[in-house]
Amino acid sequence: MANHLHKVLPSGWQITIVDQEKNHYYQPGWLFVPFDIYKPSQTKKKGINFIPKDVRYIQSEIDRIDKDKNEVSLMNDGQVLKYDLLIIGTGTHIVPEEIEGMLGDHWHKDVFDFYTYDGAKNLRQKLKSWKGGKLVVHICEMPIKCPVAPLEFAFLSDSFFKNKHMRDQVEITFVTPMSGAFTKPKATHELGHLLEEKNIRMVTDFAIEKVDAESKKIIDYGGTEVEYDLLVTVPTNMGSDCIERSGFGDELNFVPTNKNTLQTKVKENIFALGDATNIPASKAGSVVHFEAEILTENILRYIKGEALKEEYDGHANCFVETGGGKALLIDFNYTHEPTTGTFPIPHVGPLRLLKESRMNHMGKLAFRWIYWNMMIKGRHIPFISPVMNEEGHDIDPALAKTKHNETAEVE
Amino acid sequence: MSNERTIAGHNVQVNDEGFMTDINQWNQEVASALAEEEGVEMTDRHWEVVNFIQDQYKKEVALSIRKMGKSGVVDIKEFYSLFPNGPLKKASKISGIPKPQSCI
Repeated sequence: MANHLHKVLPSGWQITIVDQEKNHYYQPGWLFVPFDIYKPSQTKKKGINFIPKDVRYIQSEIDRIDKDKNEVSLMNDGQVLKYDLLIIGTGTHIVPEEIEGMLGDHWHKDVFDFYTYDGAKNLRQKLKSWKGGKLVVHICEMPIKCPVAPLEFAFLSDSFFKNKHMRDQVEITFVTPMSGAFTKPKATHELGHLLEEKNIRMVTDFAIEKVDAESKKIIDYGGTEVEYDLLVTVPTNMGSDCIERSGFGDELNFVPTNKNTLQTKVKENIFALGDATNIPASKAGSVVHFEAEILTENILRYIKGEALKEEYDGHANCFVETGGGKALLIDFNYTHEPTTGTFPIPHVGPLRLLKESRMNHMGKLAFRWIYWNMMIKGRHIPFISPVMNEEGHDIDPALAKTKHNETAEVE
Repeated sequence: MSNERTIAGHNVQVNDEGFMTDINQWNQEVASALAEEEGVEMTDRHWEVVNFIQDQYKKEVALSIRKMGKSGVVDIKEFYSLFPNGPLKKASKISGIPKPQSCI
């Protein structure tokens, strides 16, 4: 947002960024770290390197936001910042302590996450020497930062152990609180075969109650038990603790936000984007990239006293690794589920939507460069619009060209 | 994708898995009939849970079993006893809302 706004804000405005982390992480890269496709160091850089020169940068934890006084209190010596306009992008993090028995001596020994730098790095070490057994890939509860990453992890595990010539020594089970690995009709139709092909067992509708680390089992509220030798889980995801301290988050500390304008429901001069919000879009990186382009325009409108544009349509665009050097590409929004088609140029491609291909995999790997060199710097990616382009998508004619705000209740 | 079904004398749109696709077509008679198909006999407690689920759906809040447990309406144990075997999916169906979904 700073990279967008510092170029276009009227004179007199000063931007201050408070960054709770010293490092900026390329979080999609953590999927590849356990399989030694990326080194951990390729997924982090100093945050300050990406900040425009005319922007003030403070590295500090945030204590709380006082919406009535228009102030942000920092943990650094109790420093208080006054603001006229606030943009919240405090993200989402895993909270393994929400699940009974998940933390303990076994954490990062037999039970791992890969949604943190340390989790991905430690799991990489584990997989280097793991002799095989029951690998359970597990989602605790929705929403999570990247809903397809656990599935990608299962697919990449299949390839990883095949390449190590030990696939027959590993039993892979995918455990989900949802009704299946795929829940949308078109994705189920196109991709349902992948799990069987890769010999991945499924346990569905599994609402975890606790981890029994001693007997190496996860147990759900209905009494179903799944045994593991190695548990790779996605713990409960929550928004920042500073949102809870500020007293305006929902029960998972996400900020109530208008899903089309990105103005919060907290106060008119507070905006939010990315995985910090409660909007019903995916909590994926592409979402915040698209939101940033739209929010920049709305911030300028707000400053001028103009009505905000209800433009954000929930657009997300994600590469999904399917193993064996192939990937899928999905493109969707609030109204349209992922479907087949061509991207980014309608009817041309070169990428195919919702189909496995090597080119999509190359796209996913190239994306790390695009992220560090274009996205984070606020550069527009050619041919890719912040709102979804229906053209080139094989969508139901009945759903085409619908207005976002009219169909908003559907998803 | 969407098929018409007659449930308890009402014409309603459902998807391939029998979940209603338009909550405006929902009423208690339809819900009771859907519940019967799922082996559930509706009581006041069931209706309270259904009301909560519909309210969350209208607010676009994603549901989870743990969230139900923290709702103050029902604890998890009771939720399982009211809607046995896959309570969230079953309760969603009876409430006339889509089953919990991921992005693909």
